[in-house]
Amino acid sequence: MSLLAPLATVQPWWIATIEAFVIIMVLLLGFAFVTLIERKLLGRFQRRFGPNRAGPYSILQPFADFIKLIRKAPFQPDEVIHPILYLGAPVLSGTMAFLAFSVIPWGGGWELFGYQIDGQVANVSISLIVVFAIGSISTYGVLLGGWASESKYAMLGAMRSGAQLVSYEVSLALSVLGVVLMARSLSLVDIVAAQGRTIWYIVPQIVGFGCFAIAGVAEVGRAPFDLPEAEQELVAGYHVEYSGMRWGLFQIAEYVHMITISALMVTLFFGGWLFPFGHRLGPLWFALKLAIVLFCFIWARASLPRLRYDQLMNLGWKVLLPIATVNALATAFFVVLK
Amino acid sequence: MAVKLDSAVNGPALYEGTKIPSPVPSWLQVADSRREDGNVIQVNFGPNHPSTHGVLRLVLDLDGEEVVGMRAVIGYLHTGFEKSMEQKSWWKAINYPSRIDYLASFQNEMVFVLAIEKLLGIEVPARATWVRMALAELNRIHSHLIWLGTVGLELGVQSLYFYCFEQRENVLDLFEMVTGVRVHGRYCQAGGLAEDIPPAFVDEARNFCRGLARQIGAYERLTWQNKMFQKRMNGIGIVSAEDAIRLGMSGPNLRGSGLNWDVRKREPYLFYDQVEFDVPVYESGDCNARVRVRIDEMRESLRITEQALDKIEQLAGEPWIADDRKIVLPPREELQTSMESLIHHFKLVSEGYRVPAGEVYLPIEGPRGEEGCYVVSNGGAKPWRVHFRAPSLLTIAAAPTLCQEHLIADLIAITASLDTLMGDSDR
Repeated sequence: MSLLAPLATVQPWWIATIEAFVIIMVLLLGFAFVTLIERKLLGRFQRRFGPNRAGPYSILQPFADFIKLIRKAPFQPDEVIHPILYLGAPVLSGTMAFLAFSVIPWGGGWELFGYQIDGQVANVSISLIVVFAIGSISTYGVLLGGWASESKYAMLGAMRSGAQLVSYEVSLALSVLGVVLMARSLSLVDIVAAQGRTIWYIVPQIVGFGCFAIAGVAEVGRAPFDLPEAEQELVAGYHVEYSGMRWGLFQIAEYVHMITISALMVTLFFGGWLFPFGHRLGPLWFALKLAIVLFCFIWARASLPRLRYDQLMNLGWKVLLPIATVNALATAFFVVLK
Repeated sequence: MAVKLDSAVNGPALYEGTKIPSPVPSWLQVADSRREDGNVIQVNFGPNHPSTHGVLRLVLDLDGEEVVGMRAVIGYLHTGFEKSMEQKSWWKAINYPSRIDYLASFQNEMVFVLAIEKLLGIEVPARATWVRMALAELNRIHSHLIWLGTVGLELGVQSLYFYCFEQRENVLDLFEMVTGVRVHGRYCQAGGLAEDIPPAFVDEARNFCRGLARQIGAYERLTWQNKMFQKRMNGIGIVSAEDAIRLGMSGPNLRGSGLNWDVRKREPYLFYDQVEFDVPVYESGDCNARVRVRIDEMRESLRITEQALDKIEQLAGEPWIADDRKIVLPPREELQTSMESLIHHFKLVSEGYRVPAGEVYLPIEGPRGEEGCYVVSNGGAKPWRVHFRAPSLLTIAAAPTLCQEHLIADLIAITASLDTLMGDSDR
């Protein structure tokens, strides 16, 4: 019981289970359509059409991709370190990516047929730390996958991602410290509530937001910080020896991770599911804000060159970390003063 | 030759001394002591790799991310074009050069034809020469656009690739309009052109020039004016002018190292002495300088093209091929009425014309550097020996010198900025 003590759940366990199921489905669908929308948007940015063959507006494209991936022969190099490690890596990555979303509130909670339904699967009092902890574990998926493939390119990619993800986690955690101090809570539910009482934290925490945005992009390994899988240098980085749905799992992990970081950004800086009106429509506002953040992720990919590895490290340790620290200290100072 | 080695205006100072590794200049060797440490891994980079422009294979020794050893392996695209050309009559052999450097297909075709013409001593009508110039410059733009697009791709600026290829498509449309096909046109003939240009070509080409002139600013904003691009390119892959000469680099790579050398200015061929254009030179010798040289060159090529188009319009109605029945096919309509024309036609398509014995080396300024053609004739109907001076081959040989003490990501940027083409180097 002591292990479950921080769980301050008010909804019955079976409602949470149903909710988790729904969230996973929505995320899977979201992942599928984020890939489609990304390709469509990239097409528009680059003055071409993007996918336009499968169904109206190509909405069937993700399903076609899925069928293709499922039907591909599962190729596996003979030299893999251990089959369980090799196969477990994408599974670990995928699982952790979904797990992190469980503590993110996407609505204010409703009462339906006398039952309380929360806006998140699990209301944990330290949910912010949970998100970061799960993010750290998903790094193992990448490291394991790259190492277990026993390929030089995969190894290089894995080492890169290990270093990149670990260093940017520090900046990421420090950049949200200001928000934590202002809300006086590590619970994402409380942070959203605090923003409802005062103001969206993008305004007082603009510096922290900048750090979070940059570190967040690096944390999910998206362009312009997509060094772990820099196509032109490492072919595909850590997942070069994976094919079919095993590769697909890594892709799912990457995109869901991106959605999670965007959701975290929305929750911490843009008031989560809050909106000046229509409180019952929390999930809608949440999805809208999420979509805008995701759009910016794709926009950055369309227009920025990739940084070099040492420049990335310099940016993380010598620029973002000091700024985030100073921001946290300054916030602490003002909070104490008040 | 005055070579400046002091601090450059727009980049870090060029190094003193030389960077060329010894004893093998095209091979970066790892010290045995370093290899025994166990930190150096050998990676096969290519021939199937997304960023080695075709089938270049680099055997790299990596110490972490740093490139400590490098050896380029070429020959995966060797096709034996030069030998094949010796088996074909002169006019049939014109088909081959455009396949060698397939991005500068027209220029390569032209350099071979110019060499034949020099051996024949045939006079080419002015209109044909102006058309050749316009097409040669459009071809240079085509090659630079592909190069710029792939540089964007190597550095992760995906969109640049599409913006460049959109314009490249327009150049190909122009070529299709003139020659009937998009790339391997075989439009040059000894004595002039294969046929007259279509009447609408001049207007279409002007349209294209206007469109591209507007686009180049966007290319610049995405490349050397972009802070992140500068971070990747500034001070990377520096080569001094002296080293560049010793390594046999030529063309834009040489001008990126601060040497004002352009065959079009130094030894004008065609009518390059009658047009106005500048030769862009940057002194920093790094990847950024090479990018800027080529982008500026696109502007200059547009200038030359427009001047050539003006001349083509002025010379409308003039002949587009020399009137020498021993070399040039007679007009089709004469075959029905003139016995003499029929005999000429038969001789030309069966045996082909004979070229007086002699040898000639003719360099032109190709998009990748000095594109030279060496031709030997023994007086027969086939070339005795054909050899192309491929700028890409020497540039690839120079790459290990430039990649010293750089990271693997820089290696990509450097090989991209050098603009090598495996078809050109392997032949």
